[in-house]
Amino acid sequence: MTVELLIQLLVSGLGMGFIFALIAIGLALIYGVVGVVNFAHGEFLMVSMYATYLAFALGGLDPLVTLPFVAVAMFGFGIAVYYVLMRRVLGAALHAQIFATFGLMVFMQAAAQFIFGADYFSIDHSLLSGVLHIGGITLPMPQIAAAAGALLCTVGLYAFVFRTGPGRALRAVSQDRVAALTMGIDADRMNALAWGLASACVGVAGSLLSNFYYVFPRVGAVFVLVAYVTVALGGFGSISGALVAGIIMGVLQVMSGFFLTSTLKFVPVYLLYLGVVLFRPRGLLGRQ
Amino acid sequence: MEQHLGVRMVAGDLCRKLPLLLGVALIIAGATSVSPARGQDVVRIGALYPLSGAVAKSGEDTLNAIRLAVDVINGKYPDSNLPFAKPGGLPGLKGAKIELITADHQGSPEIGAAEAERMITQQKVVALIGTFHSSVALTVSQVAERNEIPFMTGESEATPLTERGYKWLFRTTPTSLNQARDFFVFLRDLNTKRDQKVKTIAIVHENTLWGQEFGTAMESYFKEFPEFTMVANIGYQQGTTDVTSEVQRLISLKPDVVVHASYDAEAILFAKTYKQYNFAPQGILAIGAAFGSTAFRNALKDDANFFLVREHWSLDLAGTNPLIAQVAKMYQDKYNKAMDGTPARSFQGMMTLVDAINRAGSTEPAAIQKALQQTDLPPASLIMPWEGVKFDAKGQNTKTRGIFVQTINGKPATVWPFEMAQSKLNWPKPAM
Repeated sequence: MTVELLIQLLVSGLGMGFIFALIAIGLALIYGVVGVVNFAHGEFLMVSMYATYLAFALGGLDPLVTLPFVAVAMFGFGIAVYYVLMRRVLGAALHAQIFATFGLMVFMQAAAQFIFGADYFSIDHSLLSGVLHIGGITLPMPQIAAAAGALLCTVGLYAFVFRTGPGRALRAVSQDRVAALTMGIDADRMNALAWGLASACVGVAGSLLSNFYYVFPRVGAVFVLVAYVTVALGGFGSISGALVAGIIMGVLQVMSGFFLTSTLKFVPVYLLYLGVVLFRPRGLLGRQ
Repeated sequence: MEQHLGVRMVAGDLCRKLPLLLGVALIIAGATSVSPARGQDVVRIGALYPLSGAVAKSGEDTLNAIRLAVDVINGKYPDSNLPFAKPGGLPGLKGAKIELITADHQGSPEIGAAEAERMITQQKVVALIGTFHSSVALTVSQVAERNEIPFMTGESEATPLTERGYKWLFRTTPTSLNQARDFFVFLRDLNTKRDQKVKTIAIVHENTLWGQEFGTAMESYFKEFPEFTMVANIGYQQGTTDVTSEVQRLISLKPDVVVHASYDAEAILFAKTYKQYNFAPQGILAIGAAFGSTAFRNALKDDANFFLVREHWSLDLAGTNPLIAQVAKMYQDKYNKAMDGTPARSFQGMMTLVDAINRAGSTEPAAIQKALQQTDLPPASLIMPWEGVKFDAKGQNTKTRGIFVQTINGKPATVWPFEMAQSKLNWPKPAM
């Protein structure tokens, strides 16, 4: 019983952890390459959740079917945001950059509330409904799919960044912008690529989340706060760091919610975060 | 010489125009002296609700009920039998109409207090109504008390609000303490009248003032009802991303009954997680409308069935009182959404406040306060299944009464008290 329970908690925590990680990876990517914290990241998640929900409610399309389309659309959306908004403030003062993404966040939240109202919408049945029983352990399908999707997506992104030409160019810009420029890498295009990839990641996360979480205008804020901590914990700009930190956060909050009290669920998570900030400010896997 | 002439011309001019000038002056003076009377054509009431942020949906639905009450009072529904509907306006104030000033407090006690202050000092409201969140009602009532302006709450339930002995706070809704007791009475009734065996109770509540208060109120009744034992009292953070650990704890404790205090978002999340992990206690009971709200039913479809909500109000009570059917239809027609318990209570709160202003025959805050203290509304004039509205010295309505509503086939049905039941109770709760 106790072992089963432990495994159950671990599995549940891992499921949430991968989702946290997938959301955080986009943040880490944009910060690593472009050097900007995207405060509207949660709203990108919200948009992809609404897109998935609308495809389901209006077209009867399953979230699994919509997922690639949402990812591609969000890729385009991210690039558009970069060219229309972010490129104008890149050379400007830091607070101009912060206000640009912060303003985008407020705008997107308000727009969502204007268009969809403040109601909660959720997908009540999908291909991934139901649960899987292995031994005495219950595995909810949507969460497993989310974890698997998040893991796949992270591995794919990792492979792209470390094994392909454009990926190397991305890393080059992230490591030394001036040197990359002298090597003939178009940093502007790499910035756009980073925004596109980050938005696509969050698009995948949104589609997967829609299987079991409801969408409303402020849903982004619920998840993105955790994502910020994940990025800081893992190390700013580190993809593998975001993955590891996401998993730690997911497992830790479920464990402490069970063994401590629910109210203190996130206290160990934030304590760990404080500890990392104090003793290892670059994060678990961050660069110096 | 020329100068002389000029002076004389001006003087002569003045003499000729004097009657005219006097007339203008009289008109101006008359107009200003008339204006206070004209001010009574409109009675300004300030409504504070969360219109953005996490509970914006509930805030909107609740404020809509108050807007509907204002429309009824202002004569937009002359065919209705509701108070004020036929004359249109307040007869006690020469047919004055209500003007509603609204503000968004975003769920923040600080913003709520600032908005209340602004409404009182700048917009000269004669009374305040609100605020959904008890935590906001706490600060708004302080502002109202300091400025000596009546503050009515039709839906903020935290017990301490009316325990402070404020003179300007009036509450039509029962407190969490009143409501918590209904759960025990209901469960005792189940055991004695329906031969069920309910022993262990787990309490799950969100962690703002409302949820915390309810948790404490529940705990306080185990002495009075010794046949029940509490196996857990779980407080969770509002706005959480997942509740797996909470549900796993419940599963390991195996309570007969879970009693919830949750807002819409987490109610949906808990229900979905219960289903995923196959958690099936005999019954899941809840305070507040979240587990029976329209949002909950839309989000969960068939799985929304058989949750039990301790309610103040239900559509199917229409048979017992035609006013309920009327108001529910108006709300549905106007907002394209079914009315539920919280908007119904806010509607009643607004009607009670306006009734007092009308009886006061004045917009003087002290007169309204006095009228509120003398309020004694009969059950037939209410859209709530209460025994009436009458405030005690602390401003709390003493004539409230609770019902239990179960969602059956996607529709809320009153199932308790058994003598008021419109449908048969489904117990134990069928699996999701």
